[in-house]
Amino acid sequence: MSGGTQPNAKRLSMIVTKGTLDWAYPPFILATTAAAMGLEVSMFFTFYGLTLLKKKLDLGISTLGNPAMEMPMMGMHVKMPNIVAMLPGVDAMAGTMMKNLIKKKGIASIEELRSAAVEAEVQMVACQMTMDLFELKREDLIDGPTLGGAATYIETASNSEINLYI
Amino acid sequence: MSEHVVDARGLNCPLPILRARKALKEVPHGEVVQILATDPGAVKDFEAFCRTTGNELIESKAGGGEFQFRIRKLG
Repeated sequence: MSGGTQPNAKRLSMIVTKGTLDWAYPPFILATTAAAMGLEVSMFFTFYGLTLLKKKLDLGISTLGNPAMEMPMMGMHVKMPNIVAMLPGVDAMAGTMMKNLIKKKGIASIEELRSAAVEAEVQMVACQMTMDLFELKREDLIDGPTLGGAATYIETASNSEINLYI
Repeated sequence: MSEHVVDARGLNCPLPILRARKALKEVPHGEVVQILATDPGAVKDFEAFCRTTGNELIESKAGGGEFQFRIRKLG
């Protein structure tokens, strides 16, 4: 029950590469649940995934090139043609709609899940190379994550029963 | 022995599990935590949660669109 303090706890490690609202859910849901189930959890945030560690989150979604995405419209769920997805404002509208639905359906916000992950002592590592590439400063990110690189991830992954690339 | 109740009705995955875990952490070994939920996915999830954590799922029942679980802290 004490997640992370048992000597024989199983380990889950994840590479988090995406920074949109929809893609932010799987890593944080799995991290918090695994920690609640007593696993030791490590998350390595790289490229757009680093966005999820910013102090102020302003996550959006991209409808373009996502043919499986259906939008609730006029009482139905309709697929969005790419030509519509390209229009200015469509992503913002879809993002707002999704955030409203998230609230309505009793789904946790990313902020809430991220806090729960920090509280559950999930290890978070921010990719130093991406920090340099995107010109992010340590103070742009929340407290908690350490900085590291590929070798840090490989060491963690080689000691983990479960490794996910998200 | 008083029973601890977690009201996770209206909450979606993974919140019922996270709330239950928090409650279990706070009660003494051997105590029972009752969880109320409306998420149908919670039925399978609490079974998996208990198998993995070593806690005992002593009751899992459904009725009227609601689910009720009772977990004894053993893990």
